[in-house]
Parts: sequence; C-alpha cells; structure tokens
Amino acid sequence: MIVFDKPRSLADVSTSYCPGCTHGIIHRLVAEAIDELGIEGNTIGIAPVGCSVMAYNFFTCDMIEAAHGRAPAVATGVKRARPDKIVFSYQGDGDLASIGTAEIVHAAARNENITVIFVNNAIYGMTGGQMAPTSLPGQITQTSPYGRDPKHCGYPVKVCEMLSQLEGPEYLQRVTVNSPKHVNQAKKAILKAFRNQIEGKGFSLVEVISACPTNWGLRPDEALRWIDDNMIPYYPLGVYKDRSEKKEEQA
Amino acid sequence: MNTMVKHTFRTERCKGCGLCVSACSKHLLAISKETINKSGHYVAYMTNQEACTGCCNCALMCPDCVIRIEKE
Repeated sequence: MIVFDKPRSLADVSTSYCPGCTHGIIHRLVAEAIDELGIEGNTIGIAPVGCSVMAYNFFTCDMIEAAHGRAPAVATGVKRARPDKIVFSYQGDGDLASIGTAEIVHAAARNENITVIFVNNAIYGMTGGQMAPTSLPGQITQTSPYGRDPKHCGYPVKVCEMLSQLEGPEYLQRVTVNSPKHVNQAKKAILKAFRNQIEGKGFSLVEVISACPTNWGLRPDEALRWIDDNMIPYYPLGVYKDRSEKKEEQA
Repeated sequence: MNTMVKHTFRTERCKGCGLCVSACSKHLLAISKETINKSGHYVAYMTNQEACTGCCNCALMCPDCVIRIEKE
C-alpha cells in the first residue's frame, strides 16, 4: 500500500528551486489540498513574480501569470468572471508585501472569495538576496551588508497582523514548514483556506514562513533552525482571524 | 515484527539538500558520496530499510517529492 507519494496536482517535473528551498514543500501541500478536495480540473492558480514565477509549470491545474504583485487583482477578476472556479494565488514576500501591498490589502478589505498562499522568506530570493520589506531588523542581505537598520529602512511588515485589522478577511493564519509537525499544521491551514472558498466564506490567506538557504548563506538544515531562532520570534505563528470560528463561539 | 516499509527514491529529482536526513529521527537516511544524478547532485539513499518505522517524516520534509513510501 502506498502511504506517501507525489500528489497528482503536482506536475512531474524538476522544480527550479535551490536545494533545500521550502517552496517545494509548500507546492506539495497546495497540490495535496487540491487533490484531497477533489477540485483538480476546477482550479485556477495565479503565479506571481519572484522565485515561484515558474509555478505555472509545477501545478497541473490551469495557471495564469500575473504582473509583479498583481496576483490578488487577477484572482479577483477570474473569481468574479467564473465564480464556479476555485481560484488561488501563490505569492512571495517580495511580491505580496512590497510591490503588491495595495492589491492584497484591498482584496482582503473587499473579502474577495479567493485563497492566497503567501510565502515569507524575509528576502528577495530570485534577484539574489536583497533586503525585502519582511527582512528582520539586523538581518544581513545583499543591500543591507551591516544588517537591516530600522532607523534607516523601517521595520518589517507583518502581513497577517496588518490584514487582521480589516473587517473584510475571513481567515488569516501564519504557519511554517521547518519540521514535520509544522508541515502537518501548514497542511491543515491550507486545506481550510481552500475549504473556506468552496463554502463561499471569503478571503483566506495562509502565510507560510519559508527558508531561503542560498541567500541566507546557511546549510538547508541550519536554515530550518534559523526560522525557529529568528523568524518565529518576530513572526509568531497562529490564527490571526477566523470569522467562522467567532460566529460558532457566539452561537 | 515490524511491518515492511519500502522507500523508493526518484533520484533524478533529488537535489541532495539533506532535509530528509535531518528529519529522520532514527538517522537512517544519508546523502551518497558516490552517486550523482543527471543534475549533478549527490542523492539521498536509505541506509537501513529494516529499521525504518514508516513515520514518513523524510517524505514530509522533502521539497522535491523524491521519496515514495509503501507499507505492507
């Protein structure tokens, strides 16, 4: 009996990610969710700009490539034109938290019935490791060789906390994938985000804290520990908003 | 007797990152020092199949879906 194999919704190709990049794990979790919910063939994904720009090659569902940061806007259009389809956007932190901040904030405020997978690795990976809006204070990157100085560059953007202030979004959760336990938690969160859309509940965003061993200058296993030591204290895991749970409590 | 667990590695996809090696609580996996795949990566392999408990942690942490696990 096969107990673990590649999900059907993940294309049988080698990904363009560096060794040890957790994008691959997150791709698999999204594909597993699509498989388990039986929405393969009824799903449209929106690929971002960044390391995951080639995501349209890695999923077997229909994919659209959006302009940098505009994936939530494209997803809005697709979902409004085809409300029967399941629409998700897959975005990195340079895409969603920087150039695409306006799009994500307003998609959340309008409570668009879409699912957003937000991969936060605190760096611009694709372009070679420059400082991102999510880079940690003191983090050394190509463009902050002495560490990010908040006096000069400001403080990192906490997307889940920021969006949780809005009335609109249905479900916001931050997870990570740096251990088998956290991978299982991330899987549950991604499944819930897709299920919310199927049930017509509204905007669901799962922020996944991810590793970038290449640009962090660490071995893959060290990068996973770096998440525990540095990323989680600044970006605490947890559910930031879940309106359906609130309603159940009131009832 | 343990149930038989069988690992199959799609070695052509392996990037030798070693996340499966660090995920295995019984330290049963290793990165080969000899076998290189077409992409030029040293690949992961199972050192002791009989000792495997079939927890699937290696496959859960593999970013490239290299590992397929079967149980009898």
